[in-house]
Amino acid sequence: MSGLITLEVLVDLAYLIAAILFIAGLKGLAHPRSAVRGNLLGALGMLLAIAVTLLDQQILNWVWIVAGVAVGGIVGTILALTIKMTDMPQLVGLFNGFGGAASILVAGAVLIQLFGAADTGATTDGQTLQVTIATVASGLIGAVTFFGSLIAFGKLQGIVTEKPVRYPGEQIVKSLLLLGSIFVGVLIVLDPTQIYLYWVLVGIASVLGIFLVIPIGGADMPIVVALLNSYSGIAAAATGFVLTNNILIIAGSLVGASGIILTQIMCKAMNRSLANVLFGGVGAVVEDSDQGDIYSGRVKSTSAEEVAMILKTAQRVVFVPGYGMAVARAQTAVRQLTEIMEKDGIAVEFGIHPVAGRMPGHMNVLLAEENISYDKLREMDQINPSFPNTDVAIVLGANDVVNPIARESAGSPISGMPILDVDKARTVVVIKRSLSPGFAGIANPLFAADNTLMFFGDGKAAVEDLVSAYKDA
Amino acid sequence: MSFLNILTIFVLAIFVGWEVITKVPPILHTPLMSGSNAVSGITIIGALVATASGLDTLTVILGSAALAFATINVVGGFLVTNRMLQKFKKGGEK
Repeated sequence: MSGLITLEVLVDLAYLIAAILFIAGLKGLAHPRSAVRGNLLGALGMLLAIAVTLLDQQILNWVWIVAGVAVGGIVGTILALTIKMTDMPQLVGLFNGFGGAASILVAGAVLIQLFGAADTGATTDGQTLQVTIATVASGLIGAVTFFGSLIAFGKLQGIVTEKPVRYPGEQIVKSLLLLGSIFVGVLIVLDPTQIYLYWVLVGIASVLGIFLVIPIGGADMPIVVALLNSYSGIAAAATGFVLTNNILIIAGSLVGASGIILTQIMCKAMNRSLANVLFGGVGAVVEDSDQGDIYSGRVKSTSAEEVAMILKTAQRVVFVPGYGMAVARAQTAVRQLTEIMEKDGIAVEFGIHPVAGRMPGHMNVLLAEENISYDKLREMDQINPSFPNTDVAIVLGANDVVNPIARESAGSPISGMPILDVDKARTVVVIKRSLSPGFAGIANPLFAADNTLMFFGDGKAAVEDLVSAYKDA
Repeated sequence: MSFLNILTIFVLAIFVGWEVITKVPPILHTPLMSGSNAVSGITIIGALVATASGLDTLTVILGSAALAFATINVVGGFLVTNRMLQKFKKGGEK
């Protein structure tokens, strides 16, 4: 028996169970009811994988391990428990980056161990080739992920400008950086004993990561964050190839696939290709000479009292939140308004565009925190057929995702983008600071439509005014 | 294990991931990102191996730095996902 069941077999079995727990955990996320348990299953899988790895190793450096885990555990706990839900995109962005950083460092450490000592002559058998190529991939993808995520974090946090930073020769600069890192990568594969080349590679790839994300504007952040999420998984899988370790490869590819799917969903929701988001860019230069004509004399401004009167007689109201709601932190006021309307028997739902906000699912998290039932949070395809039966649609801090131009005319930057058909509601109330265009930089005919009332003001203050006006009405 | 073996595992895992994750509804996309992020903290295993078996100081320092980053990912990722998911409730549930 003891000859059959070795420690190695036990470790591999434990890794298999961990992999099953990861998959079962992600499967749990298919429904809010099973999601909490799913997340716990994932955590259990991780704990199991860590425990058997520690059993398996001849541990020479306990102190360093305890130190690393303690520092990471404390920082991670503090971040996770103190972050505000409105700041969630930044945190997710930052976490993506840390995954990339870990991959860089692990691959670097392995490279030093294998080829650093003077007596290990460089061999070029299959095994070595796999390790060196995977190391190059870990370093390259890890560095792009880490520095790309830091820039994404900076943009979301407001440290780095949210505007797309574009310059002549941009594509050439990025191509040169990519070619440069691949060139250094090939040198490493040819002679892995030149350890310093690995850090040169990481350096070039870091600059590449910065230059890849800097040109991308704030409203495209959902795509960038999803893509970096995918990279952090791929980097982990590459590290799995470095160590020939199944669990790293499996978990890494699950995350890689997840990020790619989200990226694809986001791109589809903007009717743009990934290449266009990364290299093209909306909102840089858009000519819009007829903006004045669209609005002149046709925009109806309204007051809290008037909107409250309309709401009083409504049977069905749909909120359409956008990034503006998050910026104004208006979600609490929205919940209060929802509650008092529901008390009067008005049906209230929320229509949520896939790219509303700064990361996939952003609006849902904010509204869920306000204890708004998740069955009221409707996807675009579910809510769109119901707008003709909707008495009032309240657009709060959203613009391009409700612009009928996307549906009606070709040739605009957003034509073909799926939108929420709020203009089909009986009355549309748009809460907005001014008539200024959204991220796409184009005018929105919705603001001048016959059934639209513009309620100018700060999102939070405006909805709070609505709440008190509704109570008085 | 041969390269082909682990390549097979890699490709099949991508397919499994694809199947499982396309079923996640948009309202849970943020928890999906933070949760999958915690899973990508699996690099912690690599960091443990590197730190535990490191013979020279540099490897050990690199390994434990990797360990710190990966632990932030794992601990922070699962915790924040749990915190978010607790908030998703259906009408009336407290």
